[in-house]
Parts: sequence; C-alpha cells; structure tokens
Amino acid sequence: MQSDGIVMSYKGAATGGLISSMVDIVQNRLADLEPKLTVKKKVFSILVEILQNIYHHFEEVAMANEKEDDVIMFVLARSETGNYCINSGNYMSRAHVPALQRRIEETNALSQDELKEKYRQVLNNGNLSNKGGAGLGIIDIARKSGNKLEYNFNHYNDNLSFFSLTVRISAS
Amino acid sequence: MENFYLEETSKTPKLSFDAQTGKFLMSGRSIPENSIEFYRPLFEWLDEYVTSYKQPTVFDISLEYFNTSSSKCLVEVFRRLEKVGGQQVAINWFYEEDDEDMQESGEDFKEIIDIPIKMQVIVN
Repeated sequence: MQSDGIVMSYKGAATGGLISSMVDIVQNRLADLEPKLTVKKKVFSILVEILQNIYHHFEEVAMANEKEDDVIMFVLARSETGNYCINSGNYMSRAHVPALQRRIEETNALSQDELKEKYRQVLNNGNLSNKGGAGLGIIDIARKSGNKLEYNFNHYNDNLSFFSLTVRISAS
Repeated sequence: MENFYLEETSKTPKLSFDAQTGKFLMSGRSIPENSIEFYRPLFEWLDEYVTSYKQPTVFDISLEYFNTSSSKCLVEVFRRLEKVGGQQVAINWFYEEDDEDMQESGEDFKEIIDIPIKMQVIVN
C-alpha cells in the first residue's frame, strides 16, 4: 500500500452513536470512490463487522472503568490499484486475549473452502449470545477478505491489552 | 392476529409480515449493533404465527447488507418457520447479479435450513 489514499481514519473515544456515524460516513465515501459494486459491498461489510466487534469490546473496557479516552483507532486506505487495507486497534481485557488469539489462529489455518464449512457449522450450531455474533465475525471477515488476518496484542497494563488487526481486501 | 410491520432505517430492514395473506418481506440493510434486541419482537410474533397460520407462506428476502449477528437472527426466524412444515413455506433469496457474497450467503442458509430457498437473481 504505497502512496495510497486514506479513505477515512479515526482515533479517539467510541460510543454506539459515534460508531454508527462512522459507518454512515464510510458508506458515503465508498459510494463516491469505488466503482465496483462487489468490492464496495465487501469493504463495507468487513468494516461494519470490525467496528461492531470493537464496539462490544469497548463496552467491556468502559464497564471496567479503564481508559475513557483514546480507546479505539482505525484507518481505511485504498491503493492506486484499488486494493483496500483496514487497520484497527482497541483496548481489551487481557483475560480475553488467549481466546481471541486462538480464534484468529484457527481461522487463519483454514482454506477458503474450509472457512465456508466452518461458517455454516457455527451459523447452524452456535448459540445466540447477547452480543450477537457468537464467533461468526472473525470467520466472516477472513472469508470475505480472502486474505489471512494480521494481528498483534500489546501489553498495556495489568488489566488491558491493545489489540491491532489488519485486514486486506484485494480488488480482483 | 395483527400484522408485523417496521419501516426501513439506515441500519435496520423493512419488515412486512402479513398474517392474513402469508406474504412476508424483509428488505434493505440489517446491520444493527444489537441484532437480538431488534429481532426479538419478530421472534415473538412468529411464535404466534406458526400456531395459527391459515395458508402457505411466501417469504421474500432482499437484503443489501447484513452483519453476522443478523445472520444468527435470520437462522432463528427460519427455525420458527420450519415448524410450519416444508411444503407450506417458500423463501425467495434475492441478490444482485454479480454480488457473489450475497449469493453465497443465500447458499449458506439453503445448506442448513429445512425450508426450500429459491435463489433469485436481480439483473442490473
């Protein structure tokens, strides 16, 4: 991603209303920018999934009364060749890191066909959690992007880690 | 029983469920932050519908986008309709001609739901 255009970036606090507005802004920018319907829909769907995942973690962090500001960041960029890259980062409870890491590793180990099978299996059997997705989000992001998920966890303090995720979406 | 109707918003779909004619429609976007909260009233309405329906049900679904938590809720909707019985319910899954992701989503449901789902292409 060289000399790419930043479609949108944000760093700061997050609330449900704010995430919701960001989704609207991204949608308008993509409508102006991206001629291919399929790519536009793919990028938008993945971004919604990422922001909503972040939002649920944010709720959790906010409930623990930690870090009220500067809790989330994301950058959506488009290269000259029409590929997209989404970088996102958020604080999360350290207690939940091993489970998320395991889920991402398991997802990255699957081929596209296996991702489809796994998605159907979780859709069919997974329970409805109050947060909603019941583990489908990560699988859906990997399946739609067609690329491996790049991630990192940075130790922040005794309670929190900073989780960063990079998702690449190829135009072809 | 009363019909179930909700106007479309930028995050939630239009829901038009007619108890008398058995014509159901879901269209637009389904990307609410809390899908369960949004769909719960529909689940409750369907619980009543499946005990008192009078004629075959045709359910048209034409979604532009939906998030993964909505897909779990769609499964919950279909599970309720399975109780009506395979011959009495038909689902039409609409997708735009080159929208492979939406086509695949329809096929995902087709694979796991015990109701005939017909794939319907919207030609641009």
